[in-house]
Formats: sequence, C-alpha cells, structure tokens
Amino acid sequence: MSIEEFISRITTSAHNQPGHLLQYLYEIQYQYSHIPQQAIQLLAEKLSLTEAHIDGVIGFYAFLHGAPRGVYDILVSDSITDHMLGSHQLLDKLCKKLGVTPGVPRDDQRVTVDTTSCTGMCDQGPALLVNGWTITRLDENRIDSIAELIESETAIEQWPEAFFQVEDNIQRRDILLSDDSNNGDALKSLIDKGDETILDQIESSGLRGRGGAGFKTGMKWRFCKQAQADQHYVVCNADEGEPGTFKDRILLNAYADEVFEGMTVCAGVIGATKGYLYLRGEYRFMRAPLEQILHKRREANLLGNSILGKHGFDFDIEIHMGAGAYICGEESSLIESLEGKRGIPRKRPPFPVTHGYQNKPTVVNNVETFMAAALIAIHGADWFRSVGTEESSGTKLLSISGDCEKPGIYEYPFGVSIHDILQDCGATNTQAVQIAGAAGFTIPAAEFDRRIAFEDVSTGGSFMVFNQQRDLLDMVKNFAHFFVHESCGFCTPCRVGSSLMKDLVDKAHSGHAGQYDLDEMQKIGLLMRSASHCGLGATAPNPVLDTLNKFPQIYEKRLKHTSYEPAFDLDAALQDARDITGRDDAGAHIGTES
Amino acid sequence: MSSNKTFKLDGKNIAFEDGDTIMDAALRAGEYIPHLCHNPEFTPHGSCRICVVNANGRQISACTQPAMENMEVDNSSDEIINDRRALLQMLFVEGNHVCPGCEKSGACQLQAVAYYSNMLSPHFTHFFPQRTVDASHADIAIDFNRCILCELCVRASREVDHKNVFAIDGRGINSHLVINSASGKLGDSSFAATDKAAHVCPVGAILPKHTAYDKPIGERLYDKKPISIVGDVAANEQDGER
Repeated sequence: MSIEEFISRITTSAHNQPGHLLQYLYEIQYQYSHIPQQAIQLLAEKLSLTEAHIDGVIGFYAFLHGAPRGVYDILVSDSITDHMLGSHQLLDKLCKKLGVTPGVPRDDQRVTVDTTSCTGMCDQGPALLVNGWTITRLDENRIDSIAELIESETAIEQWPEAFFQVEDNIQRRDILLSDDSNNGDALKSLIDKGDETILDQIESSGLRGRGGAGFKTGMKWRFCKQAQADQHYVVCNADEGEPGTFKDRILLNAYADEVFEGMTVCAGVIGATKGYLYLRGEYRFMRAPLEQILHKRREANLLGNSILGKHGFDFDIEIHMGAGAYICGEESSLIESLEGKRGIPRKRPPFPVTHGYQNKPTVVNNVETFMAAALIAIHGADWFRSVGTEESSGTKLLSISGDCEKPGIYEYPFGVSIHDILQDCGATNTQAVQIAGAAGFTIPAAEFDRRIAFEDVSTGGSFMVFNQQRDLLDMVKNFAHFFVHESCGFCTPCRVGSSLMKDLVDKAHSGHAGQYDLDEMQKIGLLMRSASHCGLGATAPNPVLDTLNKFPQIYEKRLKHTSYEPAFDLDAALQDARDITGRDDAGAHIGTES
Repeated sequence: MSSNKTFKLDGKNIAFEDGDTIMDAALRAGEYIPHLCHNPEFTPHGSCRICVVNANGRQISACTQPAMENMEVDNSSDEIINDRRALLQMLFVEGNHVCPGCEKSGACQLQAVAYYSNMLSPHFTHFFPQRTVDASHADIAIDFNRCILCELCVRASREVDHKNVFAIDGRGINSHLVINSASGKLGDSSFAATDKAAHVCPVGAILPKHTAYDKPIGERLYDKKPISIVGDVAANEQDGER
C-alpha cells in the first residue's frame, strides 16, 4: 500500500478531523517506523493544518519520530524499579549483541534501542516496548532471544507469546476488586432512581478523585451538569504515567466493564453523549481487548442509542491513544492532546467542567474514580462510606513495587498505615518509601506510621519500596532526568529549572558538589514549586527537596568539603584538545586531585 | 468605566472591570508589572512567568489571573523580586544572550526588564546551546540564539496575519521555534516585513535587516528611562520608535 493509500484509509475512517491528528500520526508511526515527510504533506493538505504545526506535534510526543527508527524499535523502561531489577545491564547487553548505540538506528535500518519513561510494569520488570508492544520479565535469556529474533528478521507476531504476558498480580482485594455486580447494574440503578438521586449518592459518598489530587467527584459532576452547552463530554484519564503506578492497567484489563459503566453513569448524570478513554501509548496491547469490550457493550445496549431502552439516553465511548507524554496525565494537557495538539497545560480558569474538550463542559476522571462511581450507583453512598476515613471514604488501589517479596496491586481502605502495607507486601529492612511517584513524597522509616489518605499521604497509587542497601541518590537522579524528559517546555521555571536541577543532581551524584550546590538545588526547587504554570513543574522538585530535608546524609557522604565547586571541569574541557593532539600524558592534564 | 470594583496592588487600590486580568487592570492604572510574553494586543499566554505576583498568598502570573474584588496583590516584596530575577537569569543562561554585541541592546525588553530587576549576573551555569541564524529572508533575520519562546510571533502570525508562519517544535528544554516552509527557512515562507509578527519580538530574535546599530548609544529606547516608564518594545515600535 502506498503512503497516499494508507493515509487515505486512516483519515476517511475518522472523517478527516484535524482533532484526530495525533491518532493518525500514531497509526503512521507504527506502519512506517516514523512519520515520512510525504505523510506530513498529505496530512497538512487533508486537515488544513500547516506542516510546521504537524512537525510540532510530532516533536512533542516521545513515541513519534520524524526520522526512521528501524524495523524494530525497542524502548527499555527507565523506571527506577526497572533499574533496581537490572535493566541497565540488560540494555547494555542488548546493545552489544545488536551492535547499536542507544538512541541511534543501526546502519541497516533494522533496529533502534533506546530508553523510555516507566512503562507501568514495575511489578514484573524489567520491561521493554518493541514497536509499542510490551515485553515483561526481561532476563539474560530473554535478551539473547530478542537479539536473535531481530537478527533473523522474525515478525513480532511470531515472537514467543510468553514474552508478552502481562500478569494482573492482584495481592489484596477490598470493596472494589471483590465486587461481583453484573454488567448493566449501575445503569439500571441510574434509570430506576434517576440521575439526581445518583448524583446525590456520589456527592454524599465523599468520593474524591483517585488520580491523587482528590477533588470531590460529585462536585465536579455537578459543576459540569450545571454548565449550559449543546454538548458535554466524559473523559477517562487512563494516561497513568507516574513512575511506579500500574493500577489502571489492572482495572482496564480485569474490570473494564465497571470503568466503562462508570463513564456511562457519568454521561447519564451530566447529559453527555460522547466519551473518550485516553489510553497511554505504553498500553498499546490493551487497545484491541478494550475495543472488543466496547463492542460487546454496544451489542448489549449498554452503549449506543437509547441505552437499556431508555429514550434519549445515548452515549458512546471512543479510545484515544497517547504517544509518550507524562504531562498528558494533567487533565487540561490531556484535553489538548485529545484535540490532536501538543499537550501543553491550559490556563485555568476556565476549568474543564465548563470549558473542556472542544471548549465544552467536560468531566475528566481517573479510571479508578469511574469504577468507584459505578459501584456507588449500585450499592449507595453508605456502602462506600463504610470503609475509609471521614475525609477519605472508600478504598485506594496501590501499585507496589521495588524491594518487597510480593509486588503487585493492593486495595486498602483509606487510613491504612505505611507500616502495615510494608508488612503485607513482605518488605524488610526498608530505608524509604517513595509514595505518589516521582512527583510524590519520600517517606523515611521514622514516618512509617503515617497513613494513606488525602489528609495525610495522598497518592494516585504509586508505592515504591527502597531497602537499606539502596542509594537513594540513584532514585533522585533517575527522577531528575525523568522531569527533564517530561517537562512540556512551556514555562520558564520548569523548562529551565528542571535542567539546572538535573545538572546539579548529577554533580552531587558524581561526588563533585559542595554545600553551595545543595543550597542552589533548594532555591531552584522552591522557585519551580511556586512559579510553575502547572502541577508538573510545581511537583518536579519534590524528590530533591524531600531528600535534602529528610535524607541529608545521602548528599553529605558525597559532598566536597568546600563551600563552592565550579560547574566547569577544567581537565574534562581539555579532552577535545587531547583528542586533536593525540596526547594523554601527565602534561596534557590539569590536576584533578582532592 | 462603570465598575467600581477594586483590588490592592502593593497597597494601592486598582479599579478593574469584569474579565480583566491583574495585568490588564494594572496597565490601565499605569502600574508596571514586569513581563515579557505578555502583549495586551494578544491572548494572554503566561509562559515566561516574569509577571509572577503573590495574590492572596499564592504565586500566580498576573497576565493570566482574573482580577477579583479585594484581592491583595504583592508585586514588590523581596520574595517576588528575587523569584523574578531568578527567572530572568534562567532565560539568560538558556539561550545565548550576548548583550554587548547584540544589535538589539538598549532596545531589548529582556535586557530592560533585567536592569529593572537589578539582575547583575546570569548566576546559573550557561547552557551554551548550539542554535542557528536564519538570514534567508530579504528583509528580516532570525537569530534563534535569542529566542525566549514567548510565542508572540506565533500568536501574531496566527491571530493577526492569518499566516501561521511560526510554530513550536520539540519538548521541554528542546522546545524551539520553527518556520512553516518547505525548507524550514524564513525566506521560503510567506512571511513579510509588514507582518504583525515582524514587530512583536521583545528580544533580538526577529530583527529587520539593514538598520542595525543605527541608533547611537545614549539614544536607544531604554537608554534614558527604565522600562517601567518607557513601556514595551512592541508598543514603542508601533509609535515609530526604535
């Protein structure tokens, strides 16, 4: 098929909408291993967009490329928990076997090996993506096989099925994960009781957003319902990109009906006829099964027109793929991305509840929030309030990984202590827990009596365990690099601050920092926190600020005992001159003692 | 002016209308809040963060925050001045800003705001990025070394010129201005010296050719009075001042 034919096929199926640009680019990327210039020209013409605009969208998303990546595009997950499971060594081994440099396509255009942000497989890592498909539980044997399969040009469909196995790893169930309601129960309840009663139930249940911010779900739905417009939208945020979190993966794999049902309940309440599931690009493997479930729900009249026979209850759901951008987990960036644009967070106000997708009133909720809402519609507010705390009703799904015997998904009533969680997952000799991901909190052992709750330690679900043998500065360094990669670049403090911070963290990590550098990190961190445009920039310095405060020893043991160390390494700067002159004798070096 | 709603800016009462941002109301009242990416002719952007103020205990950008009755806005505490200076220093080290040799020197908003904010050194480690100069257009040159990503040219070309000559590509620290033409060069685009986008750059990134250094030192835009009195580069350019 020619590029013209391919583009013609994908664009007609979605009626030539500029808003679908990102979806078209996603399809083209996986067809051609990049976005060919000709495709950009054709799309620009068809969608009445400029080529520069399309270049800008390609340049924003990590999974889209303007230049060929090779037949096999391999991205090794760069999460700190993958590192702890040996991903660095496996990456080196793979690169050596294939004769490639990370990030650079091999001369024969066969393969690229690179790293990517956490792929959401921390409970079964190290993991990688090959052309977007997830491979888990990497070890030396698996790396050998992958290298052989690539050299023998074996199509990915022919690779051993075991490679692509993704386990749910549910270790503890509570009211959500042990529910055995039938498909359609929540919708029947909505139709029987009426949308006002259901909204009352959601409000009095005390349900708050499960992404971590904790905004009251009932209030969000109420605001959206009250906003006057010819169309309302329901959006499910399944862009779980926070390093260490993977609970949405389990919900969408094993409880997708409940999630879609929650979206449909929301649609009934706010009066929406259209919904989107924004699925992170890393979860490509889940798309087809989810499409299947949507298809079945349409056949069962749980989606579509006159749902369950109720005249005027029309709603359908479309899946929209992300393409490698952590920032799109922020709701206004997610909406921009849904509209096919660069995922730059919007100015607020106005908020999405009044001006969201296509500037229409939009509810954006987390996957877990929608599932909880569906069950509240069935069982009522009191059922939900029967667990949890006064301010944080219900349960929370935690994605536990790192140094513990039983990584996986744990559902706990809110209010559970960190100590109890560590005991359950078989963590011993624990130095620290990183809760709520790279943007979260570093909790030392002295604070393990703290509780998971909006009023204490609030989390979207990431829970990474570090034992006494770990160097926490490795974690800080990993996160600092992560934020440089994931900053959208819109505002000065985050764009520039995250890079300055990364350089200082590297300097501390390599043992070249003095007290002055630590003070600088503190200052830059506080500026990012207060002056950034969105939550990413405001929380990006958290791991540095938290560890400077609570784990000063990890810095001090590598500190130079001077007040000031230059960022400029004179001896390293002479390397070019040494290379040119072919010298490496003592006279070609400047003393690096101390 | 029918409204009698006010908020306080450094203790002074500032009147505002519904829909005003803090910046709108302050500009109308003749109060200066330093800014770079803001130009009252265009949709507020809020990216440079230089107009950071403290409103009711929270730091926000004055150009995007709606004014609210009885709001207490701090535009001059040490904390705000220090933050603003650090943000300016970040912009200076991110690009390659060599004031002594730059033809925009003396009439550059970045430089003028830096003087106004008592910025005496760039403080942070320079990034020294490798960036290019595009001199392909007959009348206008672009020096990417000096671009601060305010997107005023992007907005002007989109909203006023209806040409969409500019866009932003890349992400994070790799974000950069690009030009919509087959070669990516300005000379191949539909850009014209008469475009609005040619007259909104607050720094020395988009420059008219053949007029460099025509104003002697001492007579340049900000030589005699500070930016708080002189106003923005774009506003002065409109009045025929360069």
